[in-house]
Amino acid sequence: MITAILFYIFAGILLASAAMVVSSRNPVHSVLFLILAFFNAAALFLIAGAEFLAMILVIVYVGAVAVLFLFVVMMLDVDFAELRSGFQRYLPVGATVGVVLLLELAIVLGGWELAPGAVQLRMSPTPVGMSNTEAIGRILYTDYIFQFQTAGLILLVAMIGAIVLTLRDRKTSRHQNIRHQTERTVAETLQLVSVKLGAGTTASGGILRPIVAEPEPVEEEADAGGHGHGH
Amino acid sequence: MYDFFYNTDIGLVILTVAEALALLVPLLIGVAYLTYAERKVLAAMQLRKGPNVVGPFGLFQPFADAIKMVTKETIIPSGANRALFLMAPMLTFMLAMLAWAVVPVNDGWVSADINVGILYLFAISSLGVYGIIIAGWASNSKYAFLGAMRSAAQMVSYEVSMGFVLVTVLLCVGSLNLSDIVRAQRHMWFCIPLFPMFIIFFISALAETNRSPFDLPEGESEIVAGFFVEYSSMSFGLFFLGEYANMILMSGMTAILFLGGWMGPFGLWPQLGVLWFILKICALLFVFLWVRATFPRYRYDQLMRLGWKVFLPFSLIWLVLTAGALMAFGWLPNA
Repeated sequence: MITAILFYIFAGILLASAAMVVSSRNPVHSVLFLILAFFNAAALFLIAGAEFLAMILVIVYVGAVAVLFLFVVMMLDVDFAELRSGFQRYLPVGATVGVVLLLELAIVLGGWELAPGAVQLRMSPTPVGMSNTEAIGRILYTDYIFQFQTAGLILLVAMIGAIVLTLRDRKTSRHQNIRHQTERTVAETLQLVSVKLGAGTTASGGILRPIVAEPEPVEEEADAGGHGHGH
Repeated sequence: MYDFFYNTDIGLVILTVAEALALLVPLLIGVAYLTYAERKVLAAMQLRKGPNVVGPFGLFQPFADAIKMVTKETIIPSGANRALFLMAPMLTFMLAMLAWAVVPVNDGWVSADINVGILYLFAISSLGVYGIIIAGWASNSKYAFLGAMRSAAQMVSYEVSMGFVLVTVLLCVGSLNLSDIVRAQRHMWFCIPLFPMFIIFFISALAETNRSPFDLPEGESEIVAGFFVEYSSMSFGLFFLGEYANMILMSGMTAILFLGGWMGPFGLWPQLGVLWFILKICALLFVFLWVRATFPRYRYDQLMRLGWKVFLPFSLIWLVLTAGALMAFGWLPNA
């Protein structure tokens, strides 16, 4: 009884917040509603007895993915008026695509039959005498190890690709070489000069300054000033 | 009586509320006195006296601070997003309290003994960044936003190596339940065989709670006070309480994962139970304060380098080593 009530509460909030994700005017609010939706999905997982999935959903999606979403959305300078100006013009195209997708979905779902064994397994998420986490681990690391490894590999490739595409070591950016830094000595860094009284105050205000190494000539790249660090 | 509390809905609700209060009231008193302890410890290390005016040895100072905070005016900047501005400190404080639901303070003394306790703790601590990001954005101030961005990058970075440390510990335990993790250490605390992981976890905990030397999100000398620069009175107070409660939580987590939770060293005085746990938390908190008094603040690129280029590869290699050793010597639990 209580489970049913909780289910409807969480499912209701989930649907409402999912609707708010697409309808709210402020993109930051959208992301926050998305996080609420994730939370309620995690609660539904908990009700279904899949505690491991619930926690992983919160850790991965709320704790990492949505943080980056929020990060990006907050830094975007979105002009809402401009976004809405094309609404009338794009409505027919958008509506057509949506209707086609809906029809396709209906056709697929209409011809879909559940596997005969799946119906019995539907509401028994874990085998008897085994915790949820263990059950998932057994399936993932035995029967589906190939798919699991492939998924990991694809993610690795995507990660390396993202780094290769975005990381550009520009000559203008300054780096600290930790080894050089620790090997520096006073002798090669600081020069002590004895100045006659009043003689050193003209150019630099009479302050002893560290010896500055001659800066390397900077090669100007074609798109200098474009996508540097900090974007 | 037993029947009423355990077998009726109302009884269970009353029991749960009582359990929560029994945990949270001492926790909040602990938070209050942690602020006092911090000022006293820092003062002692800097050859000062610290708070010594309000009450004997300044012992009532936390209450004076609390009263001051409650009675001040809450200022909301005119350009701020009101709802989110007020939500952020509440969220921070709430998350700091929420995590304690699964922490076992003694054998069997835990309000929710769930199977995935360690994942729950990890999930809750990874949410802490939201309070800070939302605060930084909703304040509509550049210093606050800079602080929020720093903190988002920092917390996400250090969570990765923290996750690997957790996996290493879990490999040695064979369970995600926090009580099981403590019980698995009855022969030897994990800080001995997994000593490097213990150090990495503790340093990551410093970064995760935005404590010195990783307190860049609030770096007062560069970005004024970072994400809470626009906050005042109790909304600031909630951030403050949340940060200190998180410090206690992280110390508790370290104690559970590496220092044998409620168990004494070499099985000494097992009847002390919860007192051992509190003692370990206090010792770790002292290290938190000691670090603050000793180390200068990291520069931002150094912080990122430490997280991604030192801790992450090291914890990954140590994880593989641990798994290999457990497998090779047949020490795998549940096998």
